[in-house]
Amino acid sequence: MTLKSLLQAFLACLILSFAAPSFAQSDPRPLIDALAKADFNEAEKLLGQIAASGDARVVPALNAFAEGDLYFRKSDNLVFIAKTAGSGFELIDPLTGTSAGQAAKNAVTKIKVNNNLRRVIRSAMGGLTLLSPDRAVRLQAADAVLRSPSPENLDLVEAALAKETDKEVKARMEEARAVSVLSSDRSIDEKRAAIETIKNLGGRNSLGILNSVSGSIDAGLKGDLDAAIAAIESEQQLWDMAQNVWYGLSLGSVLLLAAIGLAITFGVMGIINMAHGEMVMLGAYSTFVVQDVIRDNAPNLFDWSLAIALPVAFLVTGAVGLVIERGVIRFLYGRPLETLLATWGVSLILQQTIRSIFGPTNQEVGNPSWMSGSFPVGGMTITWNRMWIILFSMSIFVALLVLLKKSAFGLNMRAVTQNRRMASSMGIRTPWVDAFTFALGSGIAGIAGVALSQIDNVSPNLGQSYIIDSFMVVVFGGVGNLWGTLVGALSLGVLNKFLEPSVGAVLGKILVLVLIILFIQKRPRGLFALKGRAVEA
Amino acid sequence: MISGFVFRALEGKIVVAIAILLGIAILVPALNLLTPPDSALHIPTYAVSLFGKYLCYALLALALDLVWGYCGILSLGHGAFFALGGYAMGMYLMRQIGSRGVYGNPVLPDFMVFLNWKELPWFWHGFDWFVFAMAMVVVVPGLLAFIFGWFAFRSRVNGVYLSIITQAMTYALLLAFFRNDMGFGGNNGLTDFKDILGFPVQADGTRAVLFAMSAIMLALCLLIASAIVRSKFGKVLVGVRDAESRVRFLGFRVENIKLFTFVVSAMMAGIAGALFVPQVGIINPGEFAPANSIEVVVWTAVGGRGTLVGPIIGAVLVNAGKSFFTGAFPEIWLYALGGLFIAVTLFLPKGIVGTVQHGLKARKAIKAAAEAEKGRDEAAPVVQAQAAE
Repeated sequence: MTLKSLLQAFLACLILSFAAPSFAQSDPRPLIDALAKADFNEAEKLLGQIAASGDARVVPALNAFAEGDLYFRKSDNLVFIAKTAGSGFELIDPLTGTSAGQAAKNAVTKIKVNNNLRRVIRSAMGGLTLLSPDRAVRLQAADAVLRSPSPENLDLVEAALAKETDKEVKARMEEARAVSVLSSDRSIDEKRAAIETIKNLGGRNSLGILNSVSGSIDAGLKGDLDAAIAAIESEQQLWDMAQNVWYGLSLGSVLLLAAIGLAITFGVMGIINMAHGEMVMLGAYSTFVVQDVIRDNAPNLFDWSLAIALPVAFLVTGAVGLVIERGVIRFLYGRPLETLLATWGVSLILQQTIRSIFGPTNQEVGNPSWMSGSFPVGGMTITWNRMWIILFSMSIFVALLVLLKKSAFGLNMRAVTQNRRMASSMGIRTPWVDAFTFALGSGIAGIAGVALSQIDNVSPNLGQSYIIDSFMVVVFGGVGNLWGTLVGALSLGVLNKFLEPSVGAVLGKILVLVLIILFIQKRPRGLFALKGRAVEA
Repeated sequence: MISGFVFRALEGKIVVAIAILLGIAILVPALNLLTPPDSALHIPTYAVSLFGKYLCYALLALALDLVWGYCGILSLGHGAFFALGGYAMGMYLMRQIGSRGVYGNPVLPDFMVFLNWKELPWFWHGFDWFVFAMAMVVVVPGLLAFIFGWFAFRSRVNGVYLSIITQAMTYALLLAFFRNDMGFGGNNGLTDFKDILGFPVQADGTRAVLFAMSAIMLALCLLIASAIVRSKFGKVLVGVRDAESRVRFLGFRVENIKLFTFVVSAMMAGIAGALFVPQVGIINPGEFAPANSIEVVVWTAVGGRGTLVGPIIGAVLVNAGKSFFTGAFPEIWLYALGGLFIAVTLFLPKGIVGTVQHGLKARKAIKAAAEAEKGRDEAAPVVQAQAAE
């Protein structure tokens, strides 16, 4: 219970600073001592009075009460917080926190608590900590009231609000007040204002609060309430849509990662590389091996494992790509269909090799700490690994674009693509440009494998699940155009995620495939087609 | 006219191939049924089914050769037509089970009862009638090929793009048939068949007949395919393969030519699937896997594309190799298959039959050249004599 530990920390700070609460009109000690003989109903009333005292010193006592650590001494009916110490208890004064000596087990009696009381205690504490000098604690307390509103807290919230100077805390308290007003017996106008405040707050939580009071609300407010609920719901729909777009972008960036290497080999060189998926798979396995080595030799480097795996995967898959190009593909230029068959053969061999070495089962690739967890943005949650993959794929895209447009190698590559003979006449060694372009495409696939190892199962079949999607992206986006691949990947990703909620994941995927097939009929060269006669050749 | 169409089909190697196929259609079942089990000539039933399976694959490869070898359309989705034909047959066989299923429902197949379905989906109606089911075996793949080809060829999607979208087509069907809601048994597909036309599927006699049917259908399809490629239409077809634009500019409707061939080929693939299912006893969505369709391409390539007989030889050889390897060295099979893909494209682009044909032609050419040389030598003195005059 983090709230509890926070409260305790705050308490320590409170005691140290002797921040005397300004609300302490009376000493709460008798109220606490009265708990000793109270039944559940009386206890609830007493708790209300304790909360109303506004004395933050009672917080530890309330805490102990909720936890079942509050005892009274049979001899004098005084209430203490008791901690087990040896065979008996150590008694602690509930208000000052100082030790009040030891007691035998049978000398004290536990004050009974039930769930209803615990709820009352929670809201009372929420109210009390609203007056804390610590801004973070006040914010937390306002949130607590917001989450479990009760009319008893209303006065406290209002008192705290009057004193509040911090803008953010004040806004939060306004909301907390509004929520409490709704369940209280305040006037209709006040409630109407409260509904308005909650409406502006938005979110699933507010929706829940409004829905929960909709049964008991005054008839005159029904219209306002329904309007507020509708408004929040429509806002929620917008957030859902944003969430879908986000999922779509995330899927799109995965597609982009898988397809961008293909965009080079297929788009720029015109080679159908069916072994592309296996390059991705090799990249993922490189990550696995790197992590394995790190685990055995330098566990403290584990958070860096992906950074280390990136160059390793690039080199491994790039080298494999180079070998494939020199060994097989270079004999097949100008025969795309034969290339398709030969590279399919290569992919079978690579798969089987990996299966023979690592076995057919999934390998576990760990997430470094900075890739796990999530954070909220408005009404949606964003996980770090998706976030990183989007950023990563975008940076790969930009890096590749710069390489193609600004480097000497990129210039050679474009020259060979546009006019092989002329490039050759100008002294460019076209066979080596071919070989290194293919190696580059394979290397990028390997890097993609590093990223995909974080979100997918690392098995020998990893590549197969991406190959068709990757081809779809490249064909849809337009061959020979990196921007087309980007737009193609992201739009396919978003389309997929928008279809998913209404028709289901599998049917959504089928629909996307059918749509692409139809789209290719309309624009056989993709979204961003290269123009000119060279394309037809 | 029709007889001319057929007779023209009967070129030397086609005649031999058809004769062999009809021969084994009689011989293999006879050896299976008529010889005692301990005889050296006896062919066990499992071998009959296995060879029958090869023949179905051979028919599928033949269908692919018609579009790839003669029309230049590399379809990576022919497995889809095969599987659809198989499903049509499977549906007929499911309906024949009747109340003998696990749940004993007289109308609904077991998996529907399991899914709590109350009545037969509309597309299952009629499949209890053999003639209708057999019509569907060719109509469904043919229709899909027609619709797909209609769009694809009209907008001139060709070459690699066509290959990729045919692959996407079979992939989409794979995903679709995996769904339970589709009403085709989902993951498990259709199985547990009891009988076909009243004969038990498992019986030796039925298996032998199915084998004979496979061989005869293969022979028949070979005859049809040969008739197509050797007709005038076939010449245009080869023209489309080698120079599509030129044929278009000569005034032919290239898309219609392609569409016709594609549909005929898909129907043949459907027949192959329908014969395949009762012999292996199951059809499931795995048959739609893109990898299967690509494997068909390698059978065709190994045997020799554009030879019609080659794909049959290729399919039988590769699958026999597969049966042997997966039994003896399961680890090696994918290496062997992968190596085969590479080796065939690099070293044997014409395939076995193509290379042999090429070799024969070359020998003939050398012989002819030598003959001509001899002839000139004999003629030469005359010339000299004339010159002397």
